[in-house]
Amino acid sequence: MALLEVKNIHKAFDGNQVLSGVDIKVNKGDVVSILGPSGSGKTTLLRCINFLEKADDGQFIFEGKEYDLSRIKKADIADIRMKTGFVFQSYNLFANKTVLQNVTLGLTSARKMPKKEAETKALEVLLKVGMDSFRDYYPSQLSGGQQQRVAIARALATDPSILYFDEPTSALDPQLTAEVLGVMRELAKEGMTMIVVTHEMGFAKEVSSHVVFMADGNVVEEGSAKEFFENPKQLRTREFLRISQS
Amino acid sequence: MDVGLKIYTIMFDQNTWELLVSSFPKILEYGVKITLPLAVISFILSTVVAVFVAMIQYGKVPVLRTICRIYIWIIRGTPLLVQLMVAFYGLPLLGIHSNPFVMAVIVFSINEGAYSAETMRAAMEAVPAGQLEAGYCVGMNYMQIMWHIILPQAFRTAFPPLFNSLIGMVKETSLASSITVVEMFTRTKQIAGQSYNYFPLYLEVAAIYLIFCTVLTFIQKKGEAVLGNYGVRK
Repeated sequence: MALLEVKNIHKAFDGNQVLSGVDIKVNKGDVVSILGPSGSGKTTLLRCINFLEKADDGQFIFEGKEYDLSRIKKADIADIRMKTGFVFQSYNLFANKTVLQNVTLGLTSARKMPKKEAETKALEVLLKVGMDSFRDYYPSQLSGGQQQRVAIARALATDPSILYFDEPTSALDPQLTAEVLGVMRELAKEGMTMIVVTHEMGFAKEVSSHVVFMADGNVVEEGSAKEFFENPKQLRTREFLRISQS
Repeated sequence: MDVGLKIYTIMFDQNTWELLVSSFPKILEYGVKITLPLAVISFILSTVVAVFVAMIQYGKVPVLRTICRIYIWIIRGTPLLVQLMVAFYGLPLLGIHSNPFVMAVIVFSINEGAYSAETMRAAMEAVPAGQLEAGYCVGMNYMQIMWHIILPQAFRTAFPPLFNSLIGMVKETSLASSITVVEMFTRTKQIAGQSYNYFPLYLEVAAIYLIFCTVLTFIQKKGEAVLGNYGVRK
């Protein structure tokens, strides 16, 4: 059974159709990369499945429970968010909190975990992303790559069953990108389930188990990473791969 | 006789100096006992009002939001002096009798609350939307995000303009004299009336207001340093 499944998701902004009937299926342990040109609806898809945007239509199945995306209840959204993690393109670390507090807040505030326990957990995940020595820094004192690694730790700390990444390296230079991709690669190796919206072809090819290629609000092609990169079927996909690999 | 000489004669008269020295503690007493408490208590209450009104607007709470807009519209659209008078003559008609000091506190809090609510709202809206989204994504609910993320950041932004209001309020308290509150300025008028020596005493009370505000400005500077800026280097 799939861990997460989205069926026939629709979303329009002011009459502009951004998603027109997208389906996605993610099994436990999958790393699904979503590729596609800007404006293809990748980010909107990810934001809709974490309810940062309200989809106009579609079914959402998570851990065996089915929800109607256009009518999902607030309480259900809250429950689902307790089991998911989100990493933003612009990090969005809490500006008024230190690195350690950024990671513990979701535990102490949302999950009522005792402070000591939360700090132990936080230091564990910060160590994993190599940011444990920066525990008392504020986000503004860190580089973009460091901020993004803290953001990954923040998402990891709550032991999510799936992690969403929204173009996590798009704001970073090549060196910092490598830093962040390194952390993500480790997570994939450990069997973390992830959906990654990305422009990093190398990462998608090497790390993902499954690739979804989107254009104009539709899935153009999808398949295993090997099949997708070595034997793309659609003209549109071949064109995209040619441009992005040259 | 030219103006300079006139002022010189008044100010450096032996009697004037004695009057200034003897009335200084009397005026200051009312400043410390009435003016400052009136301003500080009203400011604190107005900030509480402002935070609630700003949160209702920020959260787009139906009905309450409209009530808040009407409150701000009326309060900002009428003079403080008129509001004081309306309260002074209106509340007893409704059966509410309280001493003028309490009445002044209520009017000042409600008045300043309307202005500060807009300051707070602007400060909250200046917090990037990503902060709210990130809060949701780690599982926090709206009130938890408000308390831990949005309000602390907004308060840091709003602190200087809010302090501006406090400093303004210290001087506006002189209007409370219109509803029989004997505060620092009214006390000065009384002393001046007894001595028929108005000009030097008004200069003296002006100086005391200036001292109060200088101290507050100093406290604001210290306060900003204490609040820090989350590691942002200037």
